[in-house]
Amino acid sequence: MKGPAKEKRVELLFEVGCEEIPAGMLAKAEEELRTNISKLLSAENLSDGVEVETFSAPRRLTAWVRGLLAKQPDVEAEVTGPPKSVAYDAVGAPTRAALSFAEKQGAHVNDLYLMQTAKGEYLAARQIKLGRTAEQILQAILPRAVHDLTWPRSMTWTGLEGARFIRPIRWVVAVLNGKSLKLSVAGIAAGNTTRGHRFLGSSSIRVKNFSDYEKRLHSNGVIVRPSRREDKIAKELEAHAKRSGLHIHEDAELRKLVTYLNEFPSVIQGNFDPAFLSLPDEILVTVMRGHQKYFAVEKKNGELAPHFLAVINVDKDFKGLIRAGHERVLRARFADAQFFWEADQKCRLADYLPKLERVTYESRLGSYRDKVERVRSIARWLTEQWFNLGMLQAHVAEADRAAELAKCDLATEMVREFTELQGIVGGLYARAQGEPDEVADAVYDHYRPVGLDDPIPRNVTGCAVALADKLDSVVGCFAVGVVPTGSSDPYALRRAALGIVKIVLDRKLALSLSLAIGAAAKALLTQKPKRGVTPAQEAQILEFILDRAKFVFREREGYGYDEVSAVFRAGADDLVDAQKRLASLKAIRKSKNFEPLAVSFKRIRKILEKAGIAIGDGRRVNPELFENAAERELYSAVRDAASKVQALKRAGKYQEALEAIAGLRKSVDQFFDGVMVMAENEAVRNNRLTLLAELLREFTTVADFSELGGEERR
Amino acid sequence: MKGLTFQDLILKLSQFWVNQGCVLQQPYDIEVGAGTMHPETFLRVLGPEPYRVGYVQPSRRPADGRYGENPNRLYKHSQFQVILKPAPVDIQDLYLKSLGAIGINLKEHDIRFEEDNWESPTLGAWGIGWQILLDGLEITQFTYFQQSGGIDLDPISVELTYGLERICAFLQGVESVYDLRWSADKTYGDIRLREEQQLSEYSFNRSDASAIRAEFELHEKEAKELVDGFKGTAGKERERYPLLAAYDHCLKCSHLFNLMDARGVISTTERAALMGRVRTVACRTAAAYLEQIGGATPRREVRA
Repeated sequence: MKGPAKEKRVELLFEVGCEEIPAGMLAKAEEELRTNISKLLSAENLSDGVEVETFSAPRRLTAWVRGLLAKQPDVEAEVTGPPKSVAYDAVGAPTRAALSFAEKQGAHVNDLYLMQTAKGEYLAARQIKLGRTAEQILQAILPRAVHDLTWPRSMTWTGLEGARFIRPIRWVVAVLNGKSLKLSVAGIAAGNTTRGHRFLGSSSIRVKNFSDYEKRLHSNGVIVRPSRREDKIAKELEAHAKRSGLHIHEDAELRKLVTYLNEFPSVIQGNFDPAFLSLPDEILVTVMRGHQKYFAVEKKNGELAPHFLAVINVDKDFKGLIRAGHERVLRARFADAQFFWEADQKCRLADYLPKLERVTYESRLGSYRDKVERVRSIARWLTEQWFNLGMLQAHVAEADRAAELAKCDLATEMVREFTELQGIVGGLYARAQGEPDEVADAVYDHYRPVGLDDPIPRNVTGCAVALADKLDSVVGCFAVGVVPTGSSDPYALRRAALGIVKIVLDRKLALSLSLAIGAAAKALLTQKPKRGVTPAQEAQILEFILDRAKFVFREREGYGYDEVSAVFRAGADDLVDAQKRLASLKAIRKSKNFEPLAVSFKRIRKILEKAGIAIGDGRRVNPELFENAAERELYSAVRDAASKVQALKRAGKYQEALEAIAGLRKSVDQFFDGVMVMAENEAVRNNRLTLLAELLREFTTVADFSELGGEERR
Repeated sequence: MKGLTFQDLILKLSQFWVNQGCVLQQPYDIEVGAGTMHPETFLRVLGPEPYRVGYVQPSRRPADGRYGENPNRLYKHSQFQVILKPAPVDIQDLYLKSLGAIGINLKEHDIRFEEDNWESPTLGAWGIGWQILLDGLEITQFTYFQQSGGIDLDPISVELTYGLERICAFLQGVESVYDLRWSADKTYGDIRLREEQQLSEYSFNRSDASAIRAEFELHEKEAKELVDGFKGTAGKERERYPLLAAYDHCLKCSHLFNLMDARGVISTTERAALMGRVRTVACRTAAAYLEQIGGATPRREVRA
């Protein structure tokens, strides 16, 4: 045997050339291609020391694989044959069975040997499985790595028997250490010829390896690395803004989008008539961003400037024709928006209410006109509650008015054209028509928050309308059986429930979720469509909202899985209260008595479950049945602590309450050291179980410690 | 004067696609909302037979009427429609060449293919493709048809729909469609303004909604009866069975639906229901048509 020679490593360039792939899908496809290739290599034992990088541009997905072994290592394997007794006859000569085993293994019978196994001695053969070359393996796995990419909606470009992909595949490059691989993807044979930019480059470029490919593509108008395109855009945006002393109206999502929309992005500046600045900024920015994908620019004071920055897919606009074209399109779009702004306001916002009758929310839940009435009554209920609790910013009349106006903009031309401006347009019209700021802001904000990073409505009135709207959506949809499943959530109920949680927590609103659900259920029953909600459905809705709350506490606030379970097990109908208990639990958790006590609580729950004792079944402890000092001691410790804990809890001093509970540790430990719970005498035994049940009942109302320290955490 | 006249634009596009082997067809003589509804698209894409066709199709969209007062929105606009069956591999390049043929220098502009999948819920037709943007202006819809009349297509046809007014306004550098030079001495406004004013007035204010509804029912009924009658025909009777007439009634339904919509007499729920009714008849007609021409039997039911 030779010593281990330095293994030969090879490099792969792989590119799938397509007609323009939707910009929003490239980043994910790039990542998937990388994991697909890595996984497939690893399944072939070829992933050691390999670096897989992937890139994409509208017309291509590219993989660069370095440090690949030129050949799989050979593997030595031992193959077991017949047992010794069958393989050799009485005189030790190989039998027919041994000969046929040797033939099957391609070995001479003399090369076979006996191997000791648990079942006795067996005939065996040594086999060397020769590793396949990287070339052979890549030819098999690359088409698969492309085929396994997942797309929201694929197509065929030849016919039913043809390949499926996101857009037609037109060329494939696969070069391993300078040599083209023999493979085909979607019926296209791979080669070493790529294509440049449609207008800036050649449509036939030979490449040798990745660095050659990247260089040649660049001189043919394609920047293949998204990060470099993003940098180029950022630099040019900055340069334009600086030149005019302006700021970019920041939009991270738009930056990503234009990065994947262009193979050779360049930024140009265009202007528009300052007269359009009389339209609200929100509308101007939406028009620029939504349809045209332009960046808006603003002055130092935050006001919009009459310019825009467009990212184009060519290196320059040498005649200014591109700029002129974009300006012309924007002018027409702004003129449309201005027309809508004026036409919509020929009547007042409230005059759109009757038109909402023709806008269906959900067929069984009626129109938006019906929804408005339900939202109004829930918003009134919420603000009345808060007002009665002494919250000074809770205004019933304002909340009612804002709820009445909230959906009116759905019937306006502006929102029909720019649906993403729903709410915002209503708020702008309300303000322009002299509604109080509080009402206008509430209308403007009431779809918020649309995600975890989106702010909640600015004022309490807005929070009331937003909560009412979301409660009505969740309760109504659950009542008619529209329950989110898997990826299907057409009414965005998960987002609505998350919104409810976020508003309550961020604004620290006192609210019983079950009562709020009850109020929404009542609105659904008393207003159109007059549908009932069963108690089981109400429970299901509460569970649904609490699930979102658990998610927020875990993922956003960093609480442990077991901490959230412990607190929720003690009740979470009031989320702000649950949040306080969580904070206290987390704070006290590290103190020395705590974890051991939690272990004891877990033990108690197990004992009770095994004995079939329900906690809080009304049985009382009888001190006369105590036989042992430790149980007397625990009983009195429990009674002392109980009154203390209850008072602390009422005062909202959860941490002190938890500390008082933690103080029980010594008595609990002594009890378990000195007392046999399952005593022979039934009365004594039951009395002991009752004592434990009482302990659990009294001291799990802040958080149920028996949930702590689960496997999830460790 | 800058750019092609409206009629020269049509002539140039026609010539270009005729040179690519297209039959030059004429607009359909029943009101349609889009060039796709012309039987030369809707029915021709079915079955295996190769076909190439181009035609202008005036398309009526009553709800888009603006009494001739909006510079860009029209009750009736003109599309140049091209169908290539099967879709050639160099179709994107061919399309770009057609832009060269109408005087657009590709090197001086920013032309891009942006995702835009097309769907016609009343026809049970959909496809995957892009809108073509020329310096930010949508000038063409480019679609690989996947289904028509609810039937999976095989082979795949490509559909190109040029928005003629927009392209022409771009070429001539005018802001309002009514200022377009249609010919050497007539503007688009000279020829079409009165029609825009009157048809907007009709469809928004004066159409008789209940009469239109009744007409819808009549056309739907006749279309259904015709399709129903196809079953059980044979031989020569089957060959000359008037499925094309059934489809005409379908098109009538579609236009009448658009008129009701513009008049504001249908709610969102009813809207979906009416569209579903038109789709059902359109899909059944397509399935029967495919049987009649002896193509493959329909593989899939109507997509909801």
